Amino acid sequence: MFDDINDLYQQVILDHCKKPRNFHEMPAATCSAQGHNPLCGDNLKLFLTLDGDVIKDASFVGSGCCISKASASLLTDNIKGKTKAEAEKTFEQVRDMITTGVVNGDVGKLAVFAGVHKYPARVKCAILSWHALIGALKGEAKPVSTENEQT
Amino acid sequence: MSKTVDWSALRKDFPILDQKVHGKPLVYFDNAATSQKPRAVIDALVHYYERDNANVHRGIHELSNRATNHFEAARTRAAKFINAKSADEIIFTRGTTEGINLVAATWGAKNLKAGDVILLTELEHHSNLVPWQMLAQKTGAKISYIPVTGDEGVLDLSKLDSLLTSQVKLLSMVHISNSMGTVNPVEEICARAKKLGITTLVDGAQSAGHLPVDVQAIGCDFFAFSGHKICGPTGIGVLWGRQEILDAMPPYQGGGEMILTVGYDKTEFKAAPHRFEAGTPDISGPIGLHAAMDYLDAIGRENIWKHDQELANYAYEKLAALKNIRLFGPKQNRAGLVSFLLKDVHAHDVVTLADQAGVALRGGHHCTQPLMHKLGVESTARASFYFYNTKAEVDVFVDVVKEIQKFFGG
Repeated sequence: MFDDINDLYQQVILDHCKKPRNFHEMPAATCSAQGHNPLCGDNLKLFLTLDGDVIKDASFVGSGCCISKASASLLTDNIKGKTKAEAEKTFEQVRDMITTGVVNGDVGKLAVFAGVHKYPARVKCAILSWHALIGALKGEAKPVSTENEQT
Repeated sequence: MSKTVDWSALRKDFPILDQKVHGKPLVYFDNAATSQKPRAVIDALVHYYERDNANVHRGIHELSNRATNHFEAARTRAAKFINAKSADEIIFTRGTTEGINLVAATWGAKNLKAGDVILLTELEHHSNLVPWQMLAQKTGAKISYIPVTGDEGVLDLSKLDSLLTSQVKLLSMVHISNSMGTVNPVEEICARAKKLGITTLVDGAQSAGHLPVDVQAIGCDFFAFSGHKICGPTGIGVLWGRQEILDAMPPYQGGGEMILTVGYDKTEFKAAPHRFEAGTPDISGPIGLHAAMDYLDAIGRENIWKHDQELANYAYEKLAALKNIRLFGPKQNRAGLVSFLLKDVHAHDVVTLADQAGVALRGGHHCTQPLMHKLGVESTARASFYFYNTKAEVDVFVDVVKEIQKFFGG
């Protein structure tokens, strides 16, 4: 019945939403940030452990739709070991991909989110954890939201 | 289904329903958000703009006379639609939200002071919460709530006596809950409030086009509804108020149309309802709404209500037979909608998948965030019905829900 929707709910996304990776609190985190889309109810907290400029560890907790959970799960896998600058570059690649469908450079498994741009109402779900990442790296105290995200 | 109405013939009056979405026949189950429009309403709008368009009330020429006559005829029709005593009690607004805001800004600002209480229910849509919160901030009045009992979304009236204190000046409540499908006993509650001299407002956004509404029988002082939820155009609504209350209310917005004489230092205002309608109004809106009210009453709102309830009960029973589903709203006397959550599947994922199968649902908090928080959920998925929907469509919808459960491995 849902053959056409596999570009949104790819197997990798379904897998990460059912079994999110790095899904736990991190008491020793050096920074964290809250991502909250109150209108749809996506609510997650991202934790990072930085060693100098390098992201040694990443995890998240929270609740939300399949797309937002899978996005956070894949994010935490992706950014471990990256420098702040590398993570910020990945954020830009992911943001462009999610809003336009165009993949610039190698984004690895994150390419599964390229189909999200066809579902404008869901872009804000896929990008929430990435804005939380930038919030955590900048030390933002307020929760970030992507409900006004333009597509 | 009622034997007196040919429901499948009515369906053909709605051009929009005859289409495919994502390759599947459209099943439109988002009627609590907005209804579709029959040909008669679309034609009335086209005819107005093609033949009669002019500004109202001031013109002396033929087109202006026609536009004015049609505009005021709609006011008379709206009065009949809810059994108001006179067309002078009908104020045209942008919708239910503006109607409630108008009461808060005029009646509320004049009559409420610090220490007074505004009594609402926990079921309210944001449109019947936020205007009162804003008014409470300005005046120092407080807000209390008639509680709901839990997932059934029914008001706990055992608390009503203790809530109806002498401080309560206004009681404003929803007639039918847009997120739960509860039908509130507005007649009983208004009668109890009236004994204590409390002014009452009923939010009729979900009721006006679905069941016969008689404001005299309800016994309220204000009743607000929206055109677009009852087969009319968007941007037009009705606020009804009792004549003596409207007459004592200060104006809402200032401008043309609402004045008798204007000087540089002083203005005399018109009587109700024109005092509350500043500026050139939405003229096509009431004309389209007039056609919608004629259309609905030709079917009979008692028939529509019966059809709504049959579909809702049918859908509720079929969904209740599924595993891993949480259903909201009352088991008895349910209005035409069903709110639900699937275990471990977010409402937005349900709605996105249903859309792929041509089924239009709503997912979210339905503008009732405090109620959602009270029930411990962020959102629900909702199917809401109208008279052009069929049992066959409910079957398609329930099959889609089962497929969604399979898709997410439930």
